Amino acid sequence: MYDIKALYEAESIEHAVSLRLEHPDAQIIAGGSDVLVQIREGRRAGKELISIYMLDEMRGVSLDDDENIRIGSLTSFSHITRDPIIQKYINVLGEAVDMVGSPQIRNIGTIGGNTCNGVTSADSASTLHAWEAIVELTGKNGVRRMPIKDFYIKAGTVDIRADEGEIQTAILIPKSSYENTYGHYIKYGMRNAMEIASLGCSVNVRLSDDKKTVDRCRIAYGVAGPVPMRAPSAEAVANGENVSETLIDEFALAVLNDINPRNSWRASRDFRLHIAVQMAKRCLLESIKKAGGVIQ
Amino acid sequence: MSQYKVVHCNINGKNVEKAVDVRASLTDMLRNEYHLTSVKKGCEVGECGACNVLIDGEAFNSCIYLAVWAEGKHIRTLEGLAEPDGRLSDIQQAFIEETAIQCGFCTPGFIMTAVEILEANKLYTDDELRKLLSGHLCRCTGYENIFRAVKKTMYNRLGKPIDF
Repeated sequence: MYDIKALYEAESIEHAVSLRLEHPDAQIIAGGSDVLVQIREGRRAGKELISIYMLDEMRGVSLDDDENIRIGSLTSFSHITRDPIIQKYINVLGEAVDMVGSPQIRNIGTIGGNTCNGVTSADSASTLHAWEAIVELTGKNGVRRMPIKDFYIKAGTVDIRADEGEIQTAILIPKSSYENTYGHYIKYGMRNAMEIASLGCSVNVRLSDDKKTVDRCRIAYGVAGPVPMRAPSAEAVANGENVSETLIDEFALAVLNDINPRNSWRASRDFRLHIAVQMAKRCLLESIKKAGGVIQ
Repeated sequence: MSQYKVVHCNINGKNVEKAVDVRASLTDMLRNEYHLTSVKKGCEVGECGACNVLIDGEAFNSCIYLAVWAEGKHIRTLEGLAEPDGRLSDIQQAFIEETAIQCGFCTPGFIMTAVEILEANKLYTDDELRKLLSGHLCRCTGYENIFRAVKKTMYNRLGKPIDF
């Protein structure tokens, strides 16, 4: 038995919003692979829960009228990995979430939960930052959308207005963000399964038509700071430049101007800085290859 | 104050319903209400896989799954695998033949994940198979025999000659 004070089950998105307004202290539970574990640990014990898990309307991946990719917040990691739209346009997201926990965790864990808990190590977060995802929230005043970088306020805190009854309903990848764009994600951990990233790095590129110039390069890290972050100096180094080995080296070194990892029991700051450069290099190289580019 | 809810679901092919405490995990419900004790209580935080069951064909750690979420779902546990006359399924038999069992605590969970793998009807590579089995801890066997049992059954079902 879990130490739960009361459980309110949402029957629709509107119902979830009204439950949230009625029970302002209640914790939202999606797949529960974080919330239920934290209840077991005692950290969230004795609380009221609002379950949104049964809301199938918040599951699945689709293209909207403007061909933006829409991922329902309750879509599980394994369903994201297997989805044909994801595989076609943003395969790296499917690969990144295929590194979360274990197969069973990937069947229960949701992309909404992975972002709403505001954790820097979330395997989806760096890729969503690097692809400038849009977070969709639904509350009593309707739908609010914002860039994912504004969604993360600080470690463990995201911009969801409980007093407006908000829940996260979808994550969108704009067409302008995924078109002709190819990316790669590396997770560094001590073991392959049931592991939280010591550092995660996600890079994507769009090359010029002749594949010789970097038209747009974006890079984001998890665990390089309190929240997932882009590395703008590195991006500035690469954007508009010719594809070359020197460029990749300069790009990778420039990430040191942007990131600020900490010492923790998983890895020291110095080690994280070291692997951050190597991961940036390998991710960019792989992204360029996937985009059809050739290193001069 | 306790809060109860009637949960209707299909367990091992049978439609069932019972009033369940909303604080119960699916492990609690399957063990205490339905006496399906192949569903083990191991870590109870979703790490060891001993409580693994299939829900609508996918593997879930039932310890971190609320019992009320079982409403309308098809749940399968190890108890549903053998024939009514007691004959074992191919994957259970393979675990015996390959000595993939010692204490047996992780076995039901492993076998249910194996069922999901086998029902995909795909020939996975060794690396893919290892990754698919990575949500289970076994402290006895060293995994190699478990891996062989699943691989052998996968090859047998697809009618391919086994190549260890």
